[in-house]
Amino acid sequence: MLGQIATRKAFGQELVEIGKERDDFVVMDADIAKSCSTDLFHKAFPERSYNFGIAEQNFMAIAAGYASTGTQVFAATYSVFASMRACEQVRTFVCYPKLNVRIIASHGGLQVGPDGATHQAIEDIGIMRSIPNMTVIQPADGTAAKLAARAVMNYDGPVYIRLLRNDSPIIFDESYKFEIGKAVELRNDGTDLTIIGTGAMVLKTLQAADKLKEEGINVKVLEIHTLKPIDEDAIIKAAKETGAIVTVEDHNIFGGLGSAVSEVLSENYPTILKRVAIPDVFGESGDSETLYDHYGMNVKDIINAAKEVLAKKRK
Amino acid sequence: MRSYTLEDVKYLKQKANDIRKDIIKMTHKAKAGHPGGSLSAADIVSALYFHVMKIDPKNPGWKERDRFVLSKGHACPVWYAALAEKGYFDMDHLNTLRKFHSILQGHPDMKKTPGVDMTSGSLGNGLSIGIGMALAAKRNKLNYNVYVMLGDGEIQEGMVWEAAMSAAHYHIDNLIAIVDYNGLQVDGWTKDVMSIHPVVEKWEAFGWSVIEIDGHNMIEILDAFQKAHKIKGPVAKGAYKGG
Repeated sequence: MLGQIATRKAFGQELVEIGKERDDFVVMDADIAKSCSTDLFHKAFPERSYNFGIAEQNFMAIAAGYASTGTQVFAATYSVFASMRACEQVRTFVCYPKLNVRIIASHGGLQVGPDGATHQAIEDIGIMRSIPNMTVIQPADGTAAKLAARAVMNYDGPVYIRLLRNDSPIIFDESYKFEIGKAVELRNDGTDLTIIGTGAMVLKTLQAADKLKEEGINVKVLEIHTLKPIDEDAIIKAAKETGAIVTVEDHNIFGGLGSAVSEVLSENYPTILKRVAIPDVFGESGDSETLYDHYGMNVKDIINAAKEVLAKKRK
Repeated sequence: MRSYTLEDVKYLKQKANDIRKDIIKMTHKAKAGHPGGSLSAADIVSALYFHVMKIDPKNPGWKERDRFVLSKGHACPVWYAALAEKGYFDMDHLNTLRKFHSILQGHPDMKKTPGVDMTSGSLGNGLSIGIGMALAAKRNKLNYNVYVMLGDGEIQEGMVWEAAMSAAHYHIDNLIAIVDYNGLQVDGWTKDVMSIHPVVEKWEAFGWSVIEIDGHNMIEILDAFQKAHKIKGPVAKGAYKGG
């Protein structure tokens, strides 16, 4: 056990570490720096930090204007606000001129639980993936979040980094490699099927793989941390090797990982596929595990989906 | 900004007229392109590009240049005309306004047009963009001013006031907003569509200094910029163009 940390906290901590090494970036917030863990950077480097209060559109356009002068900007708010309240500013003023704004989009998916549907970002990946020039990233644990913070530093163009609210076990050790655009093979137990997970669902995907193995079903597990540009080669290779795919994500069933993988496979190597995701409904208050159970997104549901695609494949 | 002579005034009026002619020609050729909103800004844009702003057409990426943000991006023919007249690109490009593969898009595109400091077109965003540029100047210890031109109808957008609040909060003193008060928006007179009054008091309430002028009187324009540059201290500056 490597401990627990939320990806938002790991990312915020790493920004401070990077801030000690270089001063060619600034951090901007729209009131909720404490929740986004960017308050750590504000405290360490007040002269490189800005807060624009509860005004996300203004904040995002200011980030664009600032970045237009050549200094990269990390702009932090909740995923719901980054992807919807400030959507036009992201699209027209960050992505269209391809400026180096790194959007720290905290509290993605159902993890805000009790806050309810208004604060549960379940459409953000779909929205961000459809904007030209945008790169979309979702680290799966604290180790990946820290590596993501470093990876986006010298990246050319805007990046949407979806981070998670809840503490979660660290999955990856120092051998984990994070390269933007590259899928990571986490298990290669056999060729029965491939389960592709992202973000909070990666841990559940690994747990499902363990249980399937006990039942004699041997799977390959891919982690997709870069939803766009997605690693087409890795997805096609997995489909060719295993012939059945399950995708797992904390996002609406439209527009996210399942859609992205389906797009790749439909055009290149049509493969039996099942999406585990939010079934096109708004969430409600409740702790996230209760919600994952309720919407059919927990370990048992991944196992059932795996068995379903395996049965279809064998038919 | 250097002081001006009557010769300068004469020259700037002539340049404004050249810009007006360019606007008429290019929007006639394109059969579109918002000639009204462009013409109403001709005198102020002439003053900015041919007297007020610290710029170098041979070096449009100069880090310490003054920035201009045309928040009312639909009026870009006035900007394109000024940039061409100033030598940022060949005058022939004006004939390609809104055409396929033109460097002159229907709304400003910083990646396609030399001298365009920021993409714009969706109203209500430019003042925030300008604040970002102005803050970056302070942080990077660069000495430049940012000029943002808004339409009067545009200030119906709520985001303008989010930006106005931020400029005062951050004591930004290298930013000048210009409200091009021509009284019109797409659906008619602003007073009929959505009244924006009282305009001066709104900006003042948000912590801005306001200078009200006849935006077609070159001497008033130049005096206003001189005065605006001298306003120091923890307030944002503003120029409000009447008439």
